[in-house]
Amino acid sequence: MSYLLQQAINALQLGSVYALIALGYSMVYGVLRLINFAHGDIFMVGAFLGFFAAAVMKWPFVVTLLFSMVATAALGVTIERVAYRPLRAAPRVSAVITALGVGLFLEHFTLATVGAQPRQIPRMIPLRFYPLPGDIGFSSTQAVIFGIAIVLMLALDLFVNHTLTGTAMRAISWDMRHLPLMGVPVNRIIALTFAIGSGLAAAGGILVGLAYPIIDPYMGILVGWKAFVAAVVGGIGSVRGAMIGGYILAATEVFVAAFLPSTYRDFVAFSLLLLLLVFRPTGLLGRAWAQKV
Amino acid sequence: MRSSGRLSGPAFTVVVVLAIALATALSAAAAEIPVGVNAELTGSIPVVGQSCVNAARMAVDEVNQGGGLLVGGQRYTIRLFVEDNEDKAQSAVAAAQKLYSQNSVIAMIGPNASRNAVPAADIAESERAPMITPWSTNPNTTKNKSYVFRAAFTDDFQGRVVASFARQQFKAQRAAVLYDVASEYNKGIAEVFRKSFTDLGGQVVAFETYTTGDKDFLSQLTKIRAARPEVLFLPNYYSEVPLQVQQAHLVGLNIPIIGSDSWGFPDLIKLGGADMEGLMYTTHYAPDIATPAAQAFIKRYEARYGSVPDDVAALTYDSFQLLFMALQKAGKVDRQAVRDALASIERYDGVTGTMQFRGTGDPIKSAVVIQIKDGQFKYFATATP
Amino acid sequence: MGTEGLNTIRRLGPWVAAAVLLAFLQFVLPLLPVNAYHVQVLMYVGINIMLTASLNLVNGYMGEFSVGHAGFMAVGAYVSAVVMLWWVPRSLWGALFPVALLAGGVGASLVGLLVAVPSFRTRGDYLAIVTLALNMIVKSAIENIEAVGGPRGLPGIGRLTTPAWVYFWVLATLGVLRHFIYSRFGRGVAAIREDEVAAEILGINTRQVKMQAFLLAAFFAGVAGGLYAHLIQFINPRSFDIIKSTEILVMVYLGGVASLAGSVVGAATYTVLLEALRFLGLWRWVLAPLLLVLLMILRPRGILGYREFRPFIPARERAIQARALVAHAGAGGRGAPVASPASAAGAPSQGSQSAEVEG
Repeated sequence: MSYLLQQAINALQLGSVYALIALGYSMVYGVLRLINFAHGDIFMVGAFLGFFAAAVMKWPFVVTLLFSMVATAALGVTIERVAYRPLRAAPRVSAVITALGVGLFLEHFTLATVGAQPRQIPRMIPLRFYPLPGDIGFSSTQAVIFGIAIVLMLALDLFVNHTLTGTAMRAISWDMRHLPLMGVPVNRIIALTFAIGSGLAAAGGILVGLAYPIIDPYMGILVGWKAFVAAVVGGIGSVRGAMIGGYILAATEVFVAAFLPSTYRDFVAFSLLLLLLVFRPTGLLGRAWAQKV
Repeated sequence: MRSSGRLSGPAFTVVVVLAIALATALSAAAAEIPVGVNAELTGSIPVVGQSCVNAARMAVDEVNQGGGLLVGGQRYTIRLFVEDNEDKAQSAVAAAQKLYSQNSVIAMIGPNASRNAVPAADIAESERAPMITPWSTNPNTTKNKSYVFRAAFTDDFQGRVVASFARQQFKAQRAAVLYDVASEYNKGIAEVFRKSFTDLGGQVVAFETYTTGDKDFLSQLTKIRAARPEVLFLPNYYSEVPLQVQQAHLVGLNIPIIGSDSWGFPDLIKLGGADMEGLMYTTHYAPDIATPAAQAFIKRYEARYGSVPDDVAALTYDSFQLLFMALQKAGKVDRQAVRDALASIERYDGVTGTMQFRGTGDPIKSAVVIQIKDGQFKYFATATP
Repeated sequence: MGTEGLNTIRRLGPWVAAAVLLAFLQFVLPLLPVNAYHVQVLMYVGINIMLTASLNLVNGYMGEFSVGHAGFMAVGAYVSAVVMLWWVPRSLWGALFPVALLAGGVGASLVGLLVAVPSFRTRGDYLAIVTLALNMIVKSAIENIEAVGGPRGLPGIGRLTTPAWVYFWVLATLGVLRHFIYSRFGRGVAAIREDEVAAEILGINTRQVKMQAFLLAAFFAGVAGGLYAHLIQFINPRSFDIIKSTEILVMVYLGGVASLAGSVVGAATYTVLLEALRFLGLWRWVLAPLLLVLLMILRPRGILGYREFRPFIPARERAIQARALVAHAGAGGRGAPVASPASAAGAPSQGSQSAEVEG
């Protein structure tokens, strides 16, 4: 039982990271229906900016977090402006391939400029261990990660569902062409979406830096794909779905490794995903896009 | 038809062929020996490629600045061709083919990771040209090959070394292993360790895996802790080991942790910090007990690149010295002659210790155990299986 | 009659040219002082054309978004290698190589069924995840099969892939795909891309069409995998990961969707350009993605999206198109009665302004 609980705590930590990154994926998708393959690499840049702030500038944790989020948000907006906006009228996949290209560029530009050595994000929060009854416990980093992730996700949920701007975001996903007629500044809303999505990815990067303090230019690839999977499991385009998807994916991975030979982890986790999509083709909270007839 | 003083078709061809042959001969007489490097500059282990290229440039510059290499009474300068293999089998093969066919290198150093060295070795075989891999430890790299050599020991050797060290040093009865299932090096050595440790009377109570790129090992480590091992073996790359050690400590796994030669990068300590203190691993060389010649290399490397040479750098440097030695021994710039000379190098005292080749591509050498002490790699013991 | 003779020449012309080229590759190329590296890259180009063209059937012509093509390639590579290494004595390797390749192709198409079934219910980005998951599952499964070496890979495969074999299979791939695309099923494929519901209402058996398209795409990816295995002589699961899949995706969209000529151009451009940029070292992978982004912005449909070279359109089809053009002269816009899979009918509805037929 205590083993089970300990593994559940492990799953919460991993799930928080997946969920935060999946949120950015899902938001951008919800607005533009663009699978932003560069998202994992934006997350990587966020982590490196965090490294710069914490290790080079020696800023405290909160400043590091804010700096990284703002700078990465600016990067996200720039990418949207330069690489995606010219393709808004083009077939959807062109933008997807562009996103792949942007991701590859970010990885290798970082590799070529920062260098091949993995970097360590300094420990910004004193590591403490809080024992719970029954030979289990959780660490201060785990608590901070979970806390920050929940706060950011709740704030985003409120923003998207209960503000005028959030309503505009959701409206864009329904009909981008006629929205300007209603006085909605579409370009500005899309830029804002990218800013928020990238900022969340940066927050994810910093949290990863807390939990797994070693970062390298390729760290975004696998996490990016996993977050994409999480976003789809939850129902891509749905903010709440992305959160749930992140935790479900993490729980699957952790518990498969916990109770089966860990060699089969990816095999089982992805087979379950396949089954889910066969029975619920639009994910858990996804809505079916209206099919025109 | 007009018969004139012009050359007829066949005669013209002969002249052209002769001219080309002459030009080729002249360019060969330019006293340059082309040598190739096939390294992992991008992909998942760019540090390895970088160290390899660093050491290669140093070895070549030293020879060229010293007036070149004396082969068969003539002085040659070494010309280096570097190719990035992206840490992909397909690209490693293309790079090898390019080096051998296009750049006509006399020999190729690299690739380093076995997943690239194994396919590239097939190209060396079909081109009948020597290849020396500095760092590939997979037995398949040199198996049944006559043109492929390595400067490192093999996984089989090292797995046995680690297992017997764990049994003797820690008197461990119960061992656990956590390794990357998607990487051939980690998997290979983990398997040999399990077999050897069992053969030596121990018991492997947990044999857990993850996938390249994972950062979270809490689930597996929690499971390992539940199996109550006395020693944990992590045959994984330097960039992942610190995370694993930190997380092991986090889940309360406070037992000796040992590693293998993939730990041997200064980054390991930089990244792992205090968590790494006291841990041990087996590897190719210990910078602090090296011979005077090796010490000189370490100093020069530090002066040029600002860091202590890691295993890959040391092994690459040794690979180049082996090649230079073979060239001199062969007395001519010829692939077959160099290959034959390499296969019979009786004794070479390198940075990574003494090597002997007895007809196969695998050198006979010993391993050392390094302990991390006061944030530095310190020699602990010399180990044989 | 004179015109008949001319037509015969026209019809047979490409085949004769193909045969001559084949003979050249088989008999003349080894005699030329061509560098082995060039030949190697040429074979990479061929294998990549097969991968690109087969993925284009699913992603370009059918308008799906499959991101796990390397999974099928892996199955083909492993099946063909295992067939040879386990059951065929070395002396028969040369003779039975085609059989091993076919086995690889069939094995891959069986796995392709696994994708075809969810595709009945799932579309677009959800299908993308299905194919992604399949790629991961295949890789993870191979890692767990000790008999084929697991992550350590399978060494010792014979170097049986020759330029002639690659060429033959490229031709076969393009020929079969051309035939399929302009067949009744091919119209169904295009109809699914344009509007699946409408296609169903029109009486197209969308399930059967999808099944065939996935089987065919997986088959050629499998054969390409077999050729790859017998060229590199060593395969490991890592060679067929999601990064390899994205590489194939890039080639498809670089060359242009719904175009066989585009697949050829895309695969060749990508492969040759990356080899040519080798001198840049580390910066090669900084520059190449920038070129890709730039190209996508300038030509969002890829180099040859929805356009086709003449040899890739059957003569019969060209006649139909010519007639349709005459019949609908002046009608303008998208007047073709049947959605032609490529070229004349123009771009799909998604985000397009109008059918643009360029050049």
